[in-house]
Amino acid sequence: MTPLLSLRHVSKTFGSGPRAVHAVREVSFDVAQGECLAVVGESGSGKTTLANMILGVFGQSSGEIWFDGKGLPIRRTLEHRSAIQLVQQNPLSSLNPKRSVGASIRLGLDVFGIGARSDRWRLVEDALEEVGLPGNFRRRPPAALSGGQCQRVAIARALACQSRLVILDEPTSALDVLVQARVLRLLEDLRRVKGLSYVFITHDLSVVRNVADRVAVFRAGRLVECAETRAIFENPQVDYTRQLIGAVPVVADDELKLRESLSGGVPE
Amino acid sequence: MSDVLEVRDLCLRFRGYSGMSEVLHGISLNVRAGERVALVGESGSGKSVTARIVLGLLQELPSAQVEGGLFFEGEDLNRLSRRQWQALRGTSISMIFQDPTSSLNPVFTIGTQFAEVLRRRDPKLSREAADERAGTLLQSVSIHDHARVLGAYPFQLSGGMNQRVVIAMALANHPSLLIADEPGTALDVTVQAQTLKLMHELVERSGTAVLFISHNLGVVREFADRVFVIYRGRIVEQGPTPAIFEDPGHAYTRALMAAVPRITGGGLPELNDSESAFLDPMVVHEGGKA
Repeated sequence: MTPLLSLRHVSKTFGSGPRAVHAVREVSFDVAQGECLAVVGESGSGKTTLANMILGVFGQSSGEIWFDGKGLPIRRTLEHRSAIQLVQQNPLSSLNPKRSVGASIRLGLDVFGIGARSDRWRLVEDALEEVGLPGNFRRRPPAALSGGQCQRVAIARALACQSRLVILDEPTSALDVLVQARVLRLLEDLRRVKGLSYVFITHDLSVVRNVADRVAVFRAGRLVECAETRAIFENPQVDYTRQLIGAVPVVADDELKLRESLSGGVPE
Repeated sequence: MSDVLEVRDLCLRFRGYSGMSEVLHGISLNVRAGERVALVGESGSGKSVTARIVLGLLQELPSAQVEGGLFFEGEDLNRLSRRQWQALRGTSISMIFQDPTSSLNPVFTIGTQFAEVLRRRDPKLSREAADERAGTLLQSVSIHDHARVLGAYPFQLSGGMNQRVVIAMALANHPSLLIADEPGTALDVTVQAQTLKLMHELVERSGTAVLFISHNLGVVREFADRVFVIYRGRIVEQGPTPAIFEDPGHAYTRALMAAVPRITGGGLPELNDSESAFLDPMVVHEGGKA
């Protein structure tokens, strides 16, 4: 089966000459239909640059990105743009504060021409209900919603566009642990029901362990390790992965044991 | 052991358009000398306002009404004048905020801001002497090219670097109490782990007591000696860290712990929404009460 998304030797360089920044270097990986691939790494490792290239915010410097068996052009068609959607870290700043949340969701429907014009408010309400919010929330501004509710709206907005691949850029880092648990559960359920694929960007490895099928570990723009989630946690091949797992704050004793068995230690 | 900080029956109300709303309903907690105490809870539970009250910052707000006993090293804070209180801040009590980059002033260099901090205890300190002391302090937080850092603006440094600068500043005047409000949350895991390890070593060495505010139970487990769990303006459980983690007694504490994803796997946590049990009376573990 062809993977939904594949990257082949993708690089991105900002600037040129001696001061050029090589944000992403020679990265290749696939994301299958319905799969959740976690992209982990510290700040500055190129995770977000990667997301921006997949989304088409800017083009790659070299290499190819394939979507659904076809090469993705740097200038995306409407179809590509609606199929690949983004959920950002901070929902309060990713939603327009002057628009009702319903208008924010509807904007995508209008731009991509989804559904009949007269039918679109109903689609917006359906999308809200799908993420566990009452349909009449569409009239509210983001400021009248809690952080967790806003993140649900951001998810609804991504889904309403009939997306097939959702890039989740630290979707729960700004949320409390109880709210995080609910949003993660929602994302899992939606993936199963709708057969979505996720690229889940995060630095929280305990979240990764529980939601991802495979993990891609980034460091300084390079893909240093890519494997099944279980393999990454039980038998990491690279020291850096061990360090990342070693840095996760844990609550249970068996987690402590696992962490100590890897004994990467905190990097100096 | 004597208490560095004691908070007794603290109530906080805010005056709003729709009348008074009570935010803290009688919170009592204490921090002993050299002890690391964590205050854990979700957003909106009243963690940060408690810290601000201890610093005397909320009392200055006309819309806030604060009641209850506040004692710092045996002294009644409520009886201090504004000036006396101001003199305590940054010298005997200091604070580290969540986002290091925004808690530093963007238009002054680190050196200038460091000198300002050091002059709070020693007003006649020359800039040269201040830079020298700042240099040694930065060494202690593993910043070795301190000349560059002192000449830099906060935006020229990384988040982790800024956080170390803030920690060095907070401990510069040898405070007896350090309040740390989610000091690692804005950083990524590796940097957070480094920062916490560093803070741990420093407070151990200097014998500073810490009131550590967090929503991350994993971090709390690694850092704190004692834990207070706060929910909707009430302390629901308190006790030594091992006791709380081995045997969480309160429904809310159990829910918090269940919600943390585990690195050993096991899938996403099941949440049962028995929120009425969250309002059960406080659970106190042995050794938790002074």
